[in-house]
Amino acid sequence: MAAPTSSAPLDRPGALHHRHLLDLSTYEADEIRYLLDTAQEFREVLDRPIRQVPTLQGTSVASLFFEPSTRTKLSFTLAAGRLSAETVSLSKSSSSVTKGETLKDTARNVEAMQVDVVVLRHPSPGAPHFLARCTDSVVLNAGDGAHAHPTQALLDVLTMRTHIDSFEDLSVSVIGDITHSRVARSNVQALTTLGATVTLCGPETMLPVEMEAAMDVRTTTRLDAALDGCDIAMALRIQMERQDAGLFPSTREYHRQFGITADHLRRHPDLLIMHPGPVNRGIELTDAVVDHERSIILSQVTNGVALRMAALYLLAPRREDA
Amino acid sequence: MPSDDRIKAQLMTARDLGRTLDRMAQQVIERFDPMAPASPVDTFALVGMQTRGVHLARRLQRRIHTQTGQELPLGLLDVTMYRDDVRLRLDKPEIQATRIPFDVTDRELVLVDDVVFTGRTGRAALDALMDRGRPAAIQFLTIVDRQHRELPISVDIVGREVPTLPGEEVRVRVEEVDDEDGVWLVNVPVSERSTNDSR
Repeated sequence: MAAPTSSAPLDRPGALHHRHLLDLSTYEADEIRYLLDTAQEFREVLDRPIRQVPTLQGTSVASLFFEPSTRTKLSFTLAAGRLSAETVSLSKSSSSVTKGETLKDTARNVEAMQVDVVVLRHPSPGAPHFLARCTDSVVLNAGDGAHAHPTQALLDVLTMRTHIDSFEDLSVSVIGDITHSRVARSNVQALTTLGATVTLCGPETMLPVEMEAAMDVRTTTRLDAALDGCDIAMALRIQMERQDAGLFPSTREYHRQFGITADHLRRHPDLLIMHPGPVNRGIELTDAVVDHERSIILSQVTNGVALRMAALYLLAPRREDA
Repeated sequence: MPSDDRIKAQLMTARDLGRTLDRMAQQVIERFDPMAPASPVDTFALVGMQTRGVHLARRLQRRIHTQTGQELPLGLLDVTMYRDDVRLRLDKPEIQATRIPFDVTDRELVLVDDVVFTGRTGRAALDALMDRGRPAAIQFLTIVDRQHRELPISVDIVGREVPTLPGEEVRVRVEEVDDEDGVWLVNVPVSERSTNDSR
């Protein structure tokens, strides 16, 4: 195969000008919209009695997860299966080998498996980019360290789109540990590209001020300021290990300052709630908020499968042996 | 009208297309069983194939309604996910809407497309419909049959048979998307020839 291995835009017809889905920084609004539109049509497949189409028969998809994940891995596996692609998976504890060796090994394994698409989750930022450079496979980033999680952000904006008229009039607040969140970063990229206004909110220790200038967003350490005039609040999961690192005093303290409660929903009668999951109930969101009718967390999960079907469909390489 | 230098002949005017649809609507009505206890609304349905088949099916639905007072259910079908060339192409075809708002099982379906050629699109449509249940029967209706089948797919209700030559294609244009009605025979350069479409 003499396929280009970079993510540089290719001169080819079709609406996606990327060979990989590594992060959303170079994706244009039209490409994101096309991914969302395609995902919308794949939603229809998920509501049928036979939830499978033969579209990607003969395509092999390898999921390489070097970090624990339940829903992303399950969602990708389901999406590939719904498209009749063949799936193989390789999980490896990244603790036993150094990062460099692991990635090189990964690349070798991928070459040996002759897979068309690699779905990679890795603790090191840039790992998918590295893999894309040194294999012929198409690479889909399923989360790399604190860097990017493009399919999560795309499914988030897909979910938002079903509830709003236009992204230009949309104001989204992302609340939590922004510094360590690839979900926040990718969402900011997707949302600002589509024209939405984004506010980032969290404790000072978890709020990178440089993002304000670099990514065209507003930052605040006050939840009330973040929710004021906001249409959708996206709470991020607090990693318990960050408490040991001293980034916030206690989960109770975090909840008191940044947790969204039924009281917030009463004061903001049109506010919708999202969360990439899994929710720490009683910390980022109270039980009443998680189960509230204005919480759209579960439709995020369904949209995840449809969005990943769209990404696999649009990015799976052309079969050259046929 | 397709761009001038390409037109070989006009096969149908807007009026011809209207009359053809009148006749085809009549042929669909003839399949209704007057002795059956259930109304055709519960036993029949039209399925228009994206893009032009959808508009043609909608027009047939209106004609059948005017003549019989029965409004048949109408579905839209996009077969991209079922095409056999999807992975051979450099560009990924756009996936359009599929909406089948009825249970296909035990229903007689009339599949509506503008042109049948190799039969590959028809094959994909059959698979797409069978994945939704077990229809009582599927009839295939097209405005033009341009022949050169590559698969054993036949047409049950046809507007006009046009044996085409290599380099020729048939363009059915409908007002809803093309701002005019009519059918044309056109010359297509080798580089633009469709290999697997119903054109």
